[in-house]
Amino acid sequence: MSYTIEGKTGPWELVIGLEVHAQVISRAKLFSGAATVFGAAPNHQVSFVDAAFPGMLPVINRECVAQAIRTGLGLDAEIHLESRFDRKNYFYADLPAGYQISQYQHPIVGRGVIEIEGADGTTRTIGITRLHLEQDAGKSLHDQHPAKTYIDLNRAGVALMEIVSEPDLRSPEEAGAYLRKLRTILRYLGTCDGNMDEGSMRADVNVSVRKAGEAFRTRCEVKNVNSVRFVMQAIEAEAKRQIAVWEEGGVVSQETRLFEPGRGITRSMRSKEDAHDYRYFPDPDLLPLILDPAWIETLRADLPELPDAKKRRFMAEYGLPAYDAGVLVAEQASAAYFEAVARGRDGKFAANWVIGDLFAALNRTGRSIETSPVSPADLGALLDLITDGTINGRIAKDVFEEMVASGEAPGAIVTRKNLRQVTDTGAIEQAVADVLAANPDKVAEYKAGKDKLFGFFVGQVMKAMAGKGNPALVNDVLRRHLA
Amino acid sequence: MSLIDLTLAQARAGLRAKTFSARDLTAAHLEAITALNPTLNAFITVTPEIALAEAEAADRALAAGTAGPLAGIPLAIKDLFCTEGVRTTAASLMLETFVPPYESTVTAKLRDAGAVFVGKTNLDEFAMGSSNLTSAYGAVTNPWRRAGDDTPLVPGGSSGGSAAAVAARLALGATGTDTGGSIRQPASFCGIVGMKPSYGRCSRYGIIAFASSLDQAGPMARTVEDCAILLGAMAGFDPKDSTSADIPVPDFQAACTRGVKGLRIGVPREYAAPGMPDEIAALWHLGRDILRAAGAEIIDISLPHTEYALPTYYIVAPAEASSNLARYDGVRFGRREDGADLIEMYERTRAKGFGDEVKRRILIGTYVLSAGYYDAYYLRAQKVRSLILGDFTTAFARCDAILTPTAPSAAFAQGEKMDDPIKMYLNDIYTVPASLAGLPAMSVPVGQSQEGLPLGLQMIGRPFDEETVFAVAAEIERAAGFSARPAIRAGVSA
Repeated sequence: MSYTIEGKTGPWELVIGLEVHAQVISRAKLFSGAATVFGAAPNHQVSFVDAAFPGMLPVINRECVAQAIRTGLGLDAEIHLESRFDRKNYFYADLPAGYQISQYQHPIVGRGVIEIEGADGTTRTIGITRLHLEQDAGKSLHDQHPAKTYIDLNRAGVALMEIVSEPDLRSPEEAGAYLRKLRTILRYLGTCDGNMDEGSMRADVNVSVRKAGEAFRTRCEVKNVNSVRFVMQAIEAEAKRQIAVWEEGGVVSQETRLFEPGRGITRSMRSKEDAHDYRYFPDPDLLPLILDPAWIETLRADLPELPDAKKRRFMAEYGLPAYDAGVLVAEQASAAYFEAVARGRDGKFAANWVIGDLFAALNRTGRSIETSPVSPADLGALLDLITDGTINGRIAKDVFEEMVASGEAPGAIVTRKNLRQVTDTGAIEQAVADVLAANPDKVAEYKAGKDKLFGFFVGQVMKAMAGKGNPALVNDVLRRHLA
Repeated sequence: MSLIDLTLAQARAGLRAKTFSARDLTAAHLEAITALNPTLNAFITVTPEIALAEAEAADRALAAGTAGPLAGIPLAIKDLFCTEGVRTTAASLMLETFVPPYESTVTAKLRDAGAVFVGKTNLDEFAMGSSNLTSAYGAVTNPWRRAGDDTPLVPGGSSGGSAAAVAARLALGATGTDTGGSIRQPASFCGIVGMKPSYGRCSRYGIIAFASSLDQAGPMARTVEDCAILLGAMAGFDPKDSTSADIPVPDFQAACTRGVKGLRIGVPREYAAPGMPDEIAALWHLGRDILRAAGAEIIDISLPHTEYALPTYYIVAPAEASSNLARYDGVRFGRREDGADLIEMYERTRAKGFGDEVKRRILIGTYVLSAGYYDAYYLRAQKVRSLILGDFTTAFARCDAILTPTAPSAAFAQGEKMDDPIKMYLNDIYTVPASLAGLPAMSVPVGQSQEGLPLGLQMIGRPFDEETVFAVAAEIERAAGFSARPAIRAGVSA
């Protein structure tokens, strides 16, 4: 599974680490009571604390701390019973206090792990270095006025979790898998909605290249990449750029870069020499954050079943192959839907319908599992109609499409459209006899050894029976007549 | 006795006995302000209409029997406390037109207790200074004069406007804030009492920040008891300030009558550094004698890291200030000087909005936090700060309170000590250690210099043991019988 990029001098390995900023789901901001709903009118969710008015003081929001702890537990990480908040000082128009409150030296969460899965089904464990809490900044709007910049502070002070990985990732695909897995875990935990297009999850990508067996070479950071696809593209573009630099006898210098999706390249933003001196120091307005171990245990006990555990359980309990289980647990809602269908039924049968027919229908109609036109109960009922022989699999597909279109229950559709499977051997015998009588030449060819024509006869019989013939009985009768 | 010469406690009794009305009491103080503020410049903003309306409300409450503990008491508020609807400047051009849409917790508590606010007092810009010379609204003049000398003197700082207002009888009491001595040193210079409570005793919410780990609000008044009454109303846990202490507020007024019998009073030998003026040394001896005579035991103690307190303070406080004052950028409130781009707007706004001393401290603070200097300055200062706290912890195992001078001199003239900022910083030499350790400390006027200027002694207590500090201060106040009054005071001269 070793991914390399072929340069003029041979293959290059990639070394990748990700810093993900995940917006915490909470009603109020990290240090103020202002609301955090996405899409409010500009500057309508701003307290005097967020706007850094004179004399205003931050007060930590307990729910944001709980969310960070839940996330840490979900990443199987150490939770630090004591952590601290620091000020990161820099001037910018959308940073009201002139500093961001962050956790620099003493983060709330330490080392953890994420398991990712390659396309070939192999898994790798990626290290998490740390998770810390910090405030988001506001937004500068440069397109509202020809000469002025407008500032929207709605986002200023919203809680972010910065989740830093070890430089363990080795390919764009692994980075993509890591991001998707992290997003899945965050969504399961309900600690971040993971919507990269709304900016509630953003990634900074650290990339370096090296020859096999070498130590790390100088890395560059590509800032603020806002989709999984762009992250993967940015890594490839940046790696290729660095390879070209090395191979032309140059030296890659440590710097911060930006990815331009339109052109598929990264460009320099600032060099290490121009890096800000953030003058970090402990925020004197806040005491160290001391956590009660009992509270952490309460939060642990209330954690939902996480994707890895759920996948293992689906494989064990429902006999699913790893692939099916993986697809189903990617979203909590899909997993829940599947379980509602599968409970008391054949697991693999249910998985096939959910992953195949249902997902296709959702895709086609542009709906999500939460707004599925077919309820799990109705899909289950449809499966039961197949299992008990009321309808055959072929008819079931039509019934399902009818359910997608009308939302009607399967039983009602079957009754209304008279789709019950015909198991009356007399009717089947008659249909078979008619088909064989109408195709004497094909019968002759079949008997001369052209076995493949059997399928043709089945199709003709089913067609004559409007698809409602019991396939097994039709086969039996045909075989007998053709013997 | 005229209404403006009453103590706060006497005024409170008079109001309750209906000897005079709150309106009369407030009007008398407003009249004094009108007469003397042009000379003293103690107030940046006077609010007579609001004060009279509040006084009338107090009279109604007194009549109805629903009056709070400070009903009808005219107070001056340092212009560092945000007051809703009333301009709050921090004595800076940066906030010349800033009207807060919120009220600080301390002033809200005083209002709830029924107090009447006559106006906002002058201070060193952003509370940075020991002289009141750094105010953008002109210097405050100390109501005291040297005997036979009309040279205007500084009131100390940074709460110099509050100290001058109380000394000159323009208010019965005032709020101050103390970061390295900003209540105690002006109290000493102006012959009044000032108390810096333990860090965390009063909420910092709504007080314009200078150095967050040091800033504390406290009362200034003409008697120890008056300070105790005021602190009782100002103190208390506030969920809006994460550093506020969630512990009950004791009866400070009652503590004033405890006496000092059996208390052990520590006298730190390091404070007796060579160069202490004789009159300060003599005053300190007097304080010991008073306490010994009242039944306390005087013991020699050591605070070995004292000499490092001032340099430590002048690293920690500017470091925090450099960050705290970053918000004055012209973007959201206060002064803005437009520029061609964002950087130029910042530069012009901050160049015009801040005075020299504020700029100096922002530069120092930025420097000590910079990469490559942080460990040598800020981090080391934090380590020394804990050693200083350790000194006090060790000392308080052997004594109940510590007695020192408040300041190394009496009030000096405007213009003196201006050539060298370090000389100015030395004013805080006795007050800064207690600030770094977060301890309650108080200045009480005990005597006068040869030139007839007031001199104060400082008493320092254990964390959150303001009661012992009040007990010691009240004992010294009783025995010292300081009764001199400033040359410039209401009803005397202008």
